[in-house]
Amino acid sequence: MKKSKVLMITGSLLLLTLFVLPLWNITLEAPQYPDPLGLDIHIDKLADGNNPNDVKNIDLLNHYIGMERLPEDMLEFQIFPIVVLVMAILGVLAGLTGKPKVYLTWVVIMAVLGIAGIYDFYSWLYHYGHNLNPHAILKFVDKNGNPMAYDPPVFGTKQLLNFTVHSYPASGAYAMMVGILMAIWAFVTGKKES
Amino acid sequence: MKSMYKNAILALIFMASFTLVACNQGGSNSGGALKSSAAEKVFVAPGEYDSHYAFISGGFSGQLSVYGLPSGRLFKVIPVFSVDAEKAYGFNEETKDMLRTSHGYIPWGDSHHPDISQTNGVIDGRWVFINENNTPRIARISLETYETAEILEIPNSAGNHSSSFVTENTEYVVAGTRFSVPIPQRDMAIKDYKGNFKAALSFIKVDPESGNMDLDFQVLMPGFDYDLSHPGRGKSHGWFFFSTYNTEEAHTLLEVNASQNDKDFIAAVNWKKAQEYIKQGKFKTMPANYVHNVYSDETHSTTSTNKKSVRVLDASKLPGLVYLMPTPKSPHGCDVDPSGEYIVGSGKLSASMTVHSFSKMLKAIENKEFDGEAYGIPILKFESTLAGTVEQPGLGPLHTEFDGKGNAYTTFFISSEVVKWKLGTWEVVDRKPTYYSVGHLMIPGGNSRKPFGKYLVAMNKITKDRYLPTGPEVTQSAQLYDISGEKMELLLDFPTVGEPHYAAGAPAEVIKGFSKKFFKLEENKHPYATKSEADARVVRDGKNVHIYMTAIRSHFAPDNIEGIKVGDRVYFHVTNLEQDYDVPHGISMIGANTSELLIMPGQTETFVWEPKQVGVWPFYCTDFCSALHQEMQGYVRVSPRNSNIKLSWSLDGE
Repeated sequence: MKKSKVLMITGSLLLLTLFVLPLWNITLEAPQYPDPLGLDIHIDKLADGNNPNDVKNIDLLNHYIGMERLPEDMLEFQIFPIVVLVMAILGVLAGLTGKPKVYLTWVVIMAVLGIAGIYDFYSWLYHYGHNLNPHAILKFVDKNGNPMAYDPPVFGTKQLLNFTVHSYPASGAYAMMVGILMAIWAFVTGKKES
Repeated sequence: MKSMYKNAILALIFMASFTLVACNQGGSNSGGALKSSAAEKVFVAPGEYDSHYAFISGGFSGQLSVYGLPSGRLFKVIPVFSVDAEKAYGFNEETKDMLRTSHGYIPWGDSHHPDISQTNGVIDGRWVFINENNTPRIARISLETYETAEILEIPNSAGNHSSSFVTENTEYVVAGTRFSVPIPQRDMAIKDYKGNFKAALSFIKVDPESGNMDLDFQVLMPGFDYDLSHPGRGKSHGWFFFSTYNTEEAHTLLEVNASQNDKDFIAAVNWKKAQEYIKQGKFKTMPANYVHNVYSDETHSTTSTNKKSVRVLDASKLPGLVYLMPTPKSPHGCDVDPSGEYIVGSGKLSASMTVHSFSKMLKAIENKEFDGEAYGIPILKFESTLAGTVEQPGLGPLHTEFDGKGNAYTTFFISSEVVKWKLGTWEVVDRKPTYYSVGHLMIPGGNSRKPFGKYLVAMNKITKDRYLPTGPEVTQSAQLYDISGEKMELLLDFPTVGEPHYAAGAPAEVIKGFSKKFFKLEENKHPYATKSEADARVVRDGKNVHIYMTAIRSHFAPDNIEGIKVGDRVYFHVTNLEQDYDVPHGISMIGANTSELLIMPGQTETFVWEPKQVGVWPFYCTDFCSALHQEMQGYVRVSPRNSNIKLSWSLDGE
C-alpha cells in the first residue's frame, strides 16, 4: 500500500481514541483544594478530571454563585460521537481512494467541524458563566458594577474568585490533532507519489 | 599596684569558675548552643509533615492520641474506652454499643499498651491494638479511619495489664491478667486466695484480612500477678513471655506481702504447643460471659454479641506448655530484643537487671535443668537461662526497648532516667535524666524485629515544675530523645492527653498511605441512610419519629418539621451527602440530652431527642463546614400531645 494511504487511514482512525480519551480538561486550583478539582470533557459525557466526585464537588461550589448544575445529558453528547464516527469512516474511505485531493477535503471538513465544536464549547461556557440564578448566595460585581461572570477561558488560565482555572486540550484532542496532521502529511506525500 | 595584681588574679579565678559552671550546665541541661540545635531537630516547618507517627495511650483517659514526631504535635484523640461527646462516641445510636460489656454500658476505661500490627516481625501499619485494664477488654483501632473498629471483652481476667502485644504476623494479640480471681467467678472467702485463685492468659486470634478478633483459647495459670508480656520473635517466634509478681500469692497488703520472695518468674508460654493441644482436643470448654463489639464502616453501626464460652488449657496439667524462669524481685517489664534471643526482666525492686537467653532456655528444657515446680509447672534453674546481668544500672528498672543496633534502653522510675546499655556485654553506655519518674519508653518499631532507632519517647508519670502551673493537676508529658548518636540527646518536652502510659510508633510512610479520605456514599448500608435529598422524609411509628435527614453545604433537608408532639422520641438519622475530603457536618438540637453528632462525608449517624416542651425549637450545624455554615439550621415545631397538627416537613417551602 502507498505510504500516503497508510498515513491517511491511520490518521483518521486516530479519531476513534476520542471514544475513550477526554477532549478537554478544566482544572480548578484554590488554597483549600491542594488536590485540584478537575472536569474532563469527553465527546459523550462530562467526567471527574482528577479525583472521584470532582463533577459533584464542582457543582457544589457552583451553587454558591448560582450556576446551573453541569449537565449529565445534552444534545452534543449524542451528536459528537456520530460525527466522530462518520468522520473516521470517511477518512478511511478517503484513504482507500488514494486521491490527495480527497484527503485535503477531509482535512478541511475536519477543521470546519473542529472550529464549530470549539465555538459550541465556548457558547456553553458563556451560558454557564452568565446565566446565574438571581437568588444566588454569593453575588459579586465587576469594577463597573455589572454582575460578575464566571465563564472559564476557552484556552488558557484565568482567575475566578479564589480559583485559578486552567482550560486546556486533553489527550483526546492531541490524538485528534496528530490524526489531522497525518492527513495533511498524507496529502503532501500523496502529491509527490502521483 | 600589688593589690591590683591580686584583684586581677581573683577576677580570673572568678571567671574560670563561672565558665566551668556554664559548661556543666551545657552538658547536663542542653543549654546555649546545644538548645538551638535541638530546636532545629524538632522543627517541622508549617505545611510540612512529621517523619513519624506516635500513638500514645491516654492511660486513665481511656483514649489513644495520635502525635507527630519529632514535633510532638497532637493530631487526633481517638476515643476507645471512654465516651467522647465531641465525636458522639458512646453517645450516638451507632457507637453506644461499643462500650457495652457483660457488666452493662461502661462510659470509661483505663487504656494501657498500644501495639501496631506486624507482618514478618515488621510493623505493617494496619491496626493498633490497645488494652483496657479495669474492665478487661482489647480494642482494635483502624488506621484507615482512625476510629475504634472493635472491642472484645476478656473473661476470667481482672486488671488486664500484660496486654495487648501482637505476635510477629499478628497471629495473636495476647492479654494477660494482673489480678488473679476465682475462675469461674464464685462467692468465696478472700483469705482462701492461695491455691484457689487462678489467672488466665488469653490468646486472641486476629483475622489476617479483616483484623477481626476472636478469643481462641486461654492458658490457665497459678494465681500470681501477670504484669507485662512480650512475644518471642525470629528464633523465639511461637513463644510468649510474661513477667509475674506476687508469686507469694498474697491477698492483702501486697506492697509488703508480695515483695517477700527473692525471685519471681518470667513465664514462657509455648503457644505453638498450645495450638497442638487445642487440635488434640486437650482443652476444656468453660462457661463464660463476655461481649464482643464490632463497628462496621459500611453500616456505620455496631454489632454487639454476647459470648458464652471459652476454651481453656490448664498449664498445670499439660506438659511443655509453660516453663518458669526465676527472675529477681518482682519483675515488671518483660522485653524481647529484635533478634528474639534476649528476654529482659526488669526486677523493679532489684538493683540489677536480669537478661535471659532464649537458646539457653531451650537447652535447659531439653536437659531438664529444673529447680522444682510450681503447681506442676517446671521451674528452670536460674543460672541455666541467665544470659547476663546489667549491674547497678539505676533504681527501679521498668521497661526496655531496642534500637536495632545492639543497644537496649531501659527506664528507671525511681532514679528518673533512661539508661542505654549494650546487649551481650551488659555495660552501661549512657544515661540521661527524665522529668520526672518515667514509666514506659517507646522507640518506633521497638517492639518488633526492625526498630527504627532514631527517636526515643520517654513517658513520665510526674511533671511537677516543668510547665506553667494549672492548679493541683498539672499536665502529663512525654520527652523526645535523639538516639542516633552514641550519647542520647534530649530534644523536646511535650504535654500529652491523659497519662501517656505507653506508645507505639512508626515512620510515617508505613502508616499514612492507609488513611481514608471519606466514606463512599454508594457503599453506605446504614439502615436509616438517606442517599439523596429527594429521599429525605419523616416517618412516625407510634411515639417514635424517624427523621431521614441529609446534610450538604450548606443546608439540612428537611429543615422545617411540624407535627412533632411532646413525649415523642425523635430520631435524627443524618447522612452527610458530601463526597469530598475534610467536609464533616455536625448537628445538635436544643435540649437534646446527648452529644452532638459529627458526621463524616458519606456517613450516617443518629441522635435521639425527646422534646419536653411545646414550642418551635432550632437545630444547627455544629462543625464550621463552609462559608454559609451559620445559615445551616432548621426548626422543629413541637405541639401538645393531643394536638391534631399533621406530620409535615419541607426544604425551601417544598
